[in-house]
Amino acid sequence: MNAFHSFFPMAIALLQEESTHVNPLVLIASLYVFALAAFLGYQLISRVPPLLHTPLMSATNAISGISLIGSLVIAGAHHENHALLASILGCVAVTSATINVTGGFLITDRMLKMFRKKEVIKPGEQK
Amino acid sequence: MSYLTYVIEAIYLTASILFILGLKGLSHPDTARRGMILAALGMAAAVIGTLFNPQVVSYQWILIGLVAGSAIGVPMARVAMTAMPQRTALSHAFGALAASLVGVAEYVIHGSHLGGFKMGALGFEVMLGSLTTTGSIIAALKLQEWMRGTPIQFKGQNFVNLLLALSIVGFFIAWLIKPEMPLLFFAMVGCGLVFGVLLVIPIGAADMPVVMSLLNSYAGLASAATGFVLSNNVLIIAGTLDGFSGFILSILMCRAMNRSITNVLFGGFGAVVAQDTTAAGGVMREVSADDVAVQLAYANRVVFIPGYGLATAQAQHAVRELGDILEERGVAVKYAIHPVAGRMPGHMNVLLAEANVPYSSLYEMEQINPEMPSTDVVVVIGANDVVNPDARDNPKSLIAGMPIIEADRARSVVVLKRGKGKGFSGLENPLFFKAVTGMLYGDAKSSLTSLVQAVQKL
Repeated sequence: MNAFHSFFPMAIALLQEESTHVNPLVLIASLYVFALAAFLGYQLISRVPPLLHTPLMSATNAISGISLIGSLVIAGAHHENHALLASILGCVAVTSATINVTGGFLITDRMLKMFRKKEVIKPGEQK
Repeated sequence: MSYLTYVIEAIYLTASILFILGLKGLSHPDTARRGMILAALGMAAAVIGTLFNPQVVSYQWILIGLVAGSAIGVPMARVAMTAMPQRTALSHAFGALAASLVGVAEYVIHGSHLGGFKMGALGFEVMLGSLTTTGSIIAALKLQEWMRGTPIQFKGQNFVNLLLALSIVGFFIAWLIKPEMPLLFFAMVGCGLVFGVLLVIPIGAADMPVVMSLLNSYAGLASAATGFVLSNNVLIIAGTLDGFSGFILSILMCRAMNRSITNVLFGGFGAVVAQDTTAAGGVMREVSADDVAVQLAYANRVVFIPGYGLATAQAQHAVRELGDILEERGVAVKYAIHPVAGRMPGHMNVLLAEANVPYSSLYEMEQINPEMPSTDVVVVIGANDVVNPDARDNPKSLIAGMPIIEADRARSVVVLKRGKGKGFSGLENPLFFKAVTGMLYGDAKSSLTSLVQAVQKL
């Protein structure tokens, strides 16, 4: 419990110290974005029928491959320290994120293509 | 800010909106495909926009990564539908790995100059990312059966896990206080990697749907934390959507098993050898394919209940064939899908869709249960716990309270089963001993094929 109590003042101190680095308004805006995205996510995902839960999982996976854009900057930027290490880490991150983006969108589409309302009308049969 | 920055931000905003529209499309099978094309366009735009980021000065590493990633990603999109669970687990691992590497790289580049809040987000990102990476790899190995699917447990496992979890948190806090000590940071990463392994090895294959959803959630949250570190809103939005999707799925899966997430993670369910299930006594009545064929062909309503056995036997096409010839004879055929049937959420739906079963014939548990008493024949294909009436009737059962598809209320039941042994969970299933239940032993696929032939001969 003790550690718990001392953690919050410490966290606040860190936040205050941080305000010298980053505009706190940006931080607050980020938290707004997070909270609103969480609500929106809840609304959107609750409406997905169980029928599509597997495509949903692969779709959200592909979408969260957006961390690719962070990896791209690291892999492509010029770094003062540890330049090679940073580039290699960035390169591996680009690789893993790209696997998810390409693989994820392709397999989601492949799955969704298979969901049909009624079978193709058989020859000689009217609807 | 240069005008280029505004353009890139506008592209990111557009991408966020397209992702949201994409997920909205998933609310119905008819709109799903178009939605995902929008989301893919959003992703392409975001990636291309980023390449024009003024910070990006060299393209060699980017190119290597993009080419290597596509070279692995495209074949991974061609796996058999029965391999979907392990493929998805692997992609959770890659997503989490990407997020953790971005975190590690940011720390390597900026050291302790990031500022308190970003350090916190970075630590959170790397912590979640590392445990999700190894956890997902273990899950994939189990699903691929390169590792045994039964829970792997040892004495004091929960204690070791607790100790590890505490050390992760401890190293994290210590590192926040002394950010100039990389050792603390990498100790946290190391503990995270080990923790991921230990978290998943005690989990039985039947609980995989929950674990898959949880790992999905963690991978998403790690991406969202990356967004905080990089002050990038599209990352926060996409990561949060992924995180919440996984979270909601975990809750749905747990509810479908009447268990809590802690129970799934630390219960080691499949390992508990069913102590006492004497309630299920009697004889199982074995039937022949010809008998079943007659039963099916002259029924009015038939419901198929698929389980993981359908996937292992690759029997999805065979069941559709049987369904088709029954429909030609005027039998009303439906498929009942339990939320945790298979190894990941929605697994059975995808397999049946692959075999060309129209989705209008697929019914959820709640929809089909009221129709059970008026169903002439229920055919259980490689499913066990999801139709175990003990869950409803026997409060002492290990699966007591788990919602089931009430196959036992149908007029007659046919169970396709590989052998006479107990199922994965080791629980007796009283359904198999009922007078109206016939057992058709053998591989699900060959049983179904012989049923097709027998019905055609009638």
